[in-house]
Amino acid sequence: MLSRVAQQTYWMARYVERAENTARIINVNTHLLLDMPHKATPGWEPLIEITGSEALFHRIYPEVTERNVVRFLIGDETNPGSILSSIAKARENARTIRDIIPREAWEQLNALHLITKSGLQAGLSQRRRHEYLRDIIMGVQQITGLLAGTMTHDHGYDFLRMGRNLERADMTTRIIDVRSADLLPMESGSLGPFETIQWMSVLKSLTAYQMYRREVQGPVRRRAVLAFLFQSRQFPRALYHCLREAESCLQHLPRNDTPLRTLAHLQRTVNEAQVNKLEQQDLHRFIDDLELGLADLDRQIATTYFDLATTAETPAVAAQPNA
Amino acid sequence: MPIRWRDYKIRGLYDELIRSAGRSRDVARPLCKYLSSLNDAELQDRKAAAELAIRVMGITFTVYSEEGGSIDRAWPFDIIPRIIPKEEWDRIEAGLRQRVQALNLFIDDLYHDQRIVQDKVLPAEILAKSKNFRAQCVGVNPPLGIWAHICGSDLVRDKDGTVYVLEDNLRVPSGVSYMLENRQIMKRVFPELFEHSNILPVDDYPSQLYDCLASLSPRPMERPEVVVLTPGIYNSAYFEHAYLAQQMGAELVEGSDLTVGDDDCVYMRTVEGLSRVDVIYRRIDDLFLDPEAFLPGSAIGVPGLLRAWKLGNVALANAPGAGVADDKVVYAFVPEVIKYYLDQDPIVPNVPTYLCMERKERDYVLANLDKLVVKPANESGGYGMLIGPQASRAERNRFARQIRKDPRNYIAQPLLTLSTAPTVVDLHAEPRHLDLRPFILSGRGMYVTTGGLTRVALRKGSTVVNSSQGGGSKDTWVMDVEGA
Repeated sequence: MLSRVAQQTYWMARYVERAENTARIINVNTHLLLDMPHKATPGWEPLIEITGSEALFHRIYPEVTERNVVRFLIGDETNPGSILSSIAKARENARTIRDIIPREAWEQLNALHLITKSGLQAGLSQRRRHEYLRDIIMGVQQITGLLAGTMTHDHGYDFLRMGRNLERADMTTRIIDVRSADLLPMESGSLGPFETIQWMSVLKSLTAYQMYRREVQGPVRRRAVLAFLFQSRQFPRALYHCLREAESCLQHLPRNDTPLRTLAHLQRTVNEAQVNKLEQQDLHRFIDDLELGLADLDRQIATTYFDLATTAETPAVAAQPNA
Repeated sequence: MPIRWRDYKIRGLYDELIRSAGRSRDVARPLCKYLSSLNDAELQDRKAAAELAIRVMGITFTVYSEEGGSIDRAWPFDIIPRIIPKEEWDRIEAGLRQRVQALNLFIDDLYHDQRIVQDKVLPAEILAKSKNFRAQCVGVNPPLGIWAHICGSDLVRDKDGTVYVLEDNLRVPSGVSYMLENRQIMKRVFPELFEHSNILPVDDYPSQLYDCLASLSPRPMERPEVVVLTPGIYNSAYFEHAYLAQQMGAELVEGSDLTVGDDDCVYMRTVEGLSRVDVIYRRIDDLFLDPEAFLPGSAIGVPGLLRAWKLGNVALANAPGAGVADDKVVYAFVPEVIKYYLDQDPIVPNVPTYLCMERKERDYVLANLDKLVVKPANESGGYGMLIGPQASRAERNRFARQIRKDPRNYIAQPLLTLSTAPTVVDLHAEPRHLDLRPFILSGRGMYVTTGGLTRVALRKGSTVVNSSQGGGSKDTWVMDVEGA
């Protein structure tokens, strides 16, 4: 497959996944705040931190209010990581590779772009936001499903799945990092009800609450939540699972030595971490290392597979991470 | 108020569906009856369904805007199809095959012995001043001796019902994807019409195109590597490039995806490394194809491509230089070209054409600018034309000066009264002018599309059908009345 096409497929998948993740964290935050006592509320700042866009946000908006954050994350075209920008870029990438993705998936992505744009006002209004974000999440899920069910599972699909899983891994680490920062340092035995709620919100940001209950069969506790989100082999948004998926994609691809080695190292790190012993500071450092590892892997994939395409010229639709 | 055919006005022209007030042509009878049975709400529903299908299917075309950027617009589409009886189509198809066969012999001759010039059938001056003659291509022998593998000829019908060839597009003719998509939309919107009538299918075009291209491969193999070369997503026909690549299962490549190796073969850059390419369906104009051979500044082409083609290591469709016959002055000679190479009379006539380079004809043109359409030899997309009867005196004077300055560059034709077909305007049917672009493939065999792309001038009274100038399109049905 063409290097340029591989690159655009990979980024299309990252962008739609990013849009879905952003929709999920906004939705969850909205609900979380409704449950929290007014004083203890973490507010909307964490969402800016999770998406790694503090500097840009503060350049555009005077203060961190719900309205501003939601506008910034949903529909701000100057924010390259907003849902609208992500879907638009995914669509642009898809447009250049329309010959390789199934037509229905392109139609669905095109329709999703229209929904995202035309429903923007609904997304910004508090009352109709949930429905708007749900439509986006369902729209992305439909695309993912269509691709899984109708696209030949060839190299193109490997790049697609790899993009999706690395984006997911990235988001999972960011959510854990930011969401755990404000929480009580270690389980103290006499848990305030709000800590449970917040750990629940961490799970819910990743749509992991129900699956946590099924797999862990116990109460919501910091240690168990971290083990689940980092190390579950079965939960699709758990870091370890994402890395395993990426590994199986890489194994189908030629010239995979270097990226596979980095990936194996990352997997070992995640798998062997004793998350129950990690204090907040250590947790933060641990996550930092993982983030660096993921960025390194992304670079290696680019040099191995995409750079052949970019030697002559940058592609028409430049693919850039937003962090 | 539903469509009432009695109110549909036809004055002094030919309508494709309606014979006279309230009376449809035989082939269109079931359709017209069906359309007038729809009430306003139903008609509105169908219109909306078509628009939705277009948006969801992402059928767009790109317009270059004044600000220098380009915008994607939804494809303007009318839901009333244009119908051609199969019997009539068979004759037109034969005429197109004849024409393209002669044109290919003509192009091959021009790049070799130029017998037609030596025999003084084509004036040497025309060849000498041709903008699309590529000296780089002299002596090249493309596979099967064919230069124009994909030809899109524009047909129009005059008021007496005669069908003429208006021009031939031999460089990178576009529009075929819209022909295919129009049919998809119609099937979604009017499934019941397809169930009960004998409408000939159009959708085998992509496989015919693939077979045509594959037949040019320098390497004898079952599935040669065929690619579609596009200038990229900002090109106005990008939609079509992607569509055709997808439908053929071919790679869609940009210039930077290709490279010419030390062995003078063409390779594409893939995740596995470099991989050999056999046939390139190029949708880039000659001059941008290869900066080494043509414009040195071009960034969208592939350095060395022409070298690889000349050595026969890769096939290019259409061959560089094929555009030499895509010149409105050369067009005037096509009837002679057909006679010269095939010793046949043209089956489908040319529009009567005056050559400004001929003194007598030029004098006539200059004296009758208010009755004629004047066209520059090498423009496309409806740019740079004078429509005499609708132009101001100042415009006509400006054209008169241009013609005197460069007579070789201009032809003139009488303003045909293009035929019309009913088109939905505010929930009733109004006549709008149209033309037809069939596509003719030449490889190991020949193939002509069933009908083609019908383009409609959506503005009342206008005869300009180009989408870049406010035109739209309709589905085109070739119908077998016998079998219906």
